Amino acid sequence: MWRGRKLNSGNRFLGVLRSRCWGTQAEGARLTSSAENQFSWTPQSKPWVFSDYRIMWFKSYKMTFACLNRMRIYRYPWPRLYGTSQSTVDSSEIKTFLALAHRWWDEQGVYAALHSMNDLRVPFIRDNLLKTVAQHQPGKPLSGIKILDVGCGGGLLTEPLGRLGASVIGIDPVAENIKIAQHHKSFDPVLDKRIEYRACSLEEIVEETAETFDAVVASEVVEHVIDLETFIQCCCQVLKPGGSLFITTINKTQLSYALGIAFSEQIAGIVPKGTHTWEKFVSPEKLESILESNGLSVQTVAGMVYNPFSGYWHWSEITSLNYAAHAVKSTEQEHPVPEFVFKGEREELRHKDSTNPGVQEELKK
Amino acid sequence: MAARLAVSRWRAAPAAAGKGPLLSCRRWSGAKADTVYDVVVSGGGLVGAAMACALGFGAWDHICNMRYRTFRRMQVWDACSEALIMFDKDNLDDMGYIVENDVIMCALTKQLEAVSDRVTVLYRSKALSYTWPYPFTMADSSPWVHITLGDGSTLQTKLLIGADGHNSGVRQAAGIQNVSWSYDQSAVVATLHLSEATENNVAWQRFLPSGPIALLPLSDTLSSLVWSTSHDHAAELVSMDEEKFVDTINSAFWSDANHTDFIDSASTMLQYAVGFLKPTKVSARQMPPSVAGVDAKSRVLFPLGLGHAAEYVRPRLALIGDAAHRVHPLAGQGVNMGFGDVSSLVHHLSAAAFNGKDLGSMSHLAGYETDRQRHNTAFLAATDLLKRLYSTSATPLVLLRTWGLQATNAVPPLKEQIMAFASK
Repeated sequence: MWRGRKLNSGNRFLGVLRSRCWGTQAEGARLTSSAENQFSWTPQSKPWVFSDYRIMWFKSYKMTFACLNRMRIYRYPWPRLYGTSQSTVDSSEIKTFLALAHRWWDEQGVYAALHSMNDLRVPFIRDNLLKTVAQHQPGKPLSGIKILDVGCGGGLLTEPLGRLGASVIGIDPVAENIKIAQHHKSFDPVLDKRIEYRACSLEEIVEETAETFDAVVASEVVEHVIDLETFIQCCCQVLKPGGSLFITTINKTQLSYALGIAFSEQIAGIVPKGTHTWEKFVSPEKLESILESNGLSVQTVAGMVYNPFSGYWHWSEITSLNYAAHAVKSTEQEHPVPEFVFKGEREELRHKDSTNPGVQEELKK
Repeated sequence: MAARLAVSRWRAAPAAAGKGPLLSCRRWSGAKADTVYDVVVSGGGLVGAAMACALGFGAWDHICNMRYRTFRRMQVWDACSEALIMFDKDNLDDMGYIVENDVIMCALTKQLEAVSDRVTVLYRSKALSYTWPYPFTMADSSPWVHITLGDGSTLQTKLLIGADGHNSGVRQAAGIQNVSWSYDQSAVVATLHLSEATENNVAWQRFLPSGPIALLPLSDTLSSLVWSTSHDHAAELVSMDEEKFVDTINSAFWSDANHTDFIDSASTMLQYAVGFLKPTKVSARQMPPSVAGVDAKSRVLFPLGLGHAAEYVRPRLALIGDAAHRVHPLAGQGVNMGFGDVSSLVHHLSAAAFNGKDLGSMSHLAGYETDRQRHNTAFLAATDLLKRLYSTSATPLVLLRTWGLQATNAVPPLKEQIMAFASK
């Protein structure tokens, strides 16, 4: 049911090559890609914009082809400030991210894989939420549902959810992302009303939004979280009883190290070293136990696989790379958090964090 | 929806069309004064209106209440030989329907009125220019397509669908390359009165060296004529007086003037061979009904050509119908291909909408393009080939096509495949 559609990418290549062969006449907008992946161009007359869009597409395809899993790495290179007040933000990661902030909405650019992942995650969220709703309007299946998108970035997942009728609040600690997201949704009057963006971290809004959301979405976030335990707790606190938590993330396995880090970062040199930290990847078993211990009962865990050649994601039995999880908050009282399993790890991280106190202010700018 | 239509390609010449070019805009829920339309369809002919309806749902019921004709058999034969091919379905099911252009338009218009809460139709409006969005979100530039109308107003939309015919303004504005050539032929269309009322459920087509002539049933006493011929002859046909016109039509169907003995004996030879190898029921060759009169003002002509757009889609743009592909009427498939486009695009758009996607996104538009280009290219090539093959009376080619037609006629599975493909 959640299979991604398979398109013949070869056909698109053909379409693009064809358009180059027909020869767009005379001038055209010039596109150059510099070493830092900054595209600069001078727009000229209208039709040429499109032919060069196709050429750009072709170039992006070259990039995609050469950079297996590069997209995945570039997804969210900034860490999250969840946890206690002594969270750490790595300023070099912030810089990498900021350089790419304007690329969020380029469907064929560095975030192409994230755009493509919507084909899986939107139906995943939509169908699981529809199960909890008795009837729904045909045009807006999620109308009346309040969703919190944690780590929304440029709003890639927030907007489709808004289009399906949900009222969505998207939060992200990086103000630049929120700015881009705001700007993008401002053109669509319907989305403008349904979506609200805030530049903040989850724990900052926990107090005011306790038990107000029907669903919380944390897609491609938990692998950057410093303190997963607290993050999950906060998610649970803002959820209504019976509400759903949706998480997509990367597994911590040898395979994910090999493909996600060793290949992409060290061998192909596509991703700056140190963007992703394998230690922060979370296995589904660990995630499940944290969820269960916080009163969230896990309903589904499904593997996702990205095909860099076609650019499409597919559902899979294999959870050793990416996976999606759906958990539901129990309708009874929350269980107390058992601290025995992960205490050691948490203490270690807290210790590291405590050396950087002033970063919160830096980020608030 | 209207999926099984074998519609005769007769169409009022653009100049004579009573309905002006129209723009259909479709809005989804709760639109206010700030009008960003989800979809704008530029061009309100058969295909454009069908698209607008499809985005608002179903028009076949209206057609059923008006005039249409089912046909059960189709006979196609050559003027230069005795070869013929007969399509029919053994179980006497209807092969298809002939529906007049005006009837379809009327039905679609009724349906558009029924869905007027979701679809706004702007009659007699002309799109003057289009502004395309930049691929990236640049500061302050609108990501939507802007259409400037003749009255000075502007529409913004997430997806522009170009359904404005083979001289598509949308396609030209987007700079999409179009492969095209003209056929040096014009088609003459008319509504004919038959000399006597008959069951009239057979579609007839005869390939003359100058071009195919087809008679398509409309009712017990009426049939529609589509005659593709040279420009001069077409002009002559339209201007000649009614009696002479009727005579010309009858002799075109009945005369054996183009037969040669050689071809006749060659085709008889093959017929014996086929009969020997495969003694089946031989559909007796029938002759079409003779024509007695023609409706006074119904004679019109329009030029023919082939056209195919290099790309059907661009970001926030999709071409459907003749804007994307233009074909010879010899197979009666032109508007059917357009309806096929509508069906495919609606399917892709609904799937995308259900996933909350931006309607103008290339990901699903590319899927539509792949689907339709695959289907349409094959069809265009086949039709063009047939047209060229039947445009000559040179003996080798006549022999080839005679034998080809006879052979195809003798192979029922092949005929079934052809019928299935044409009725998709």
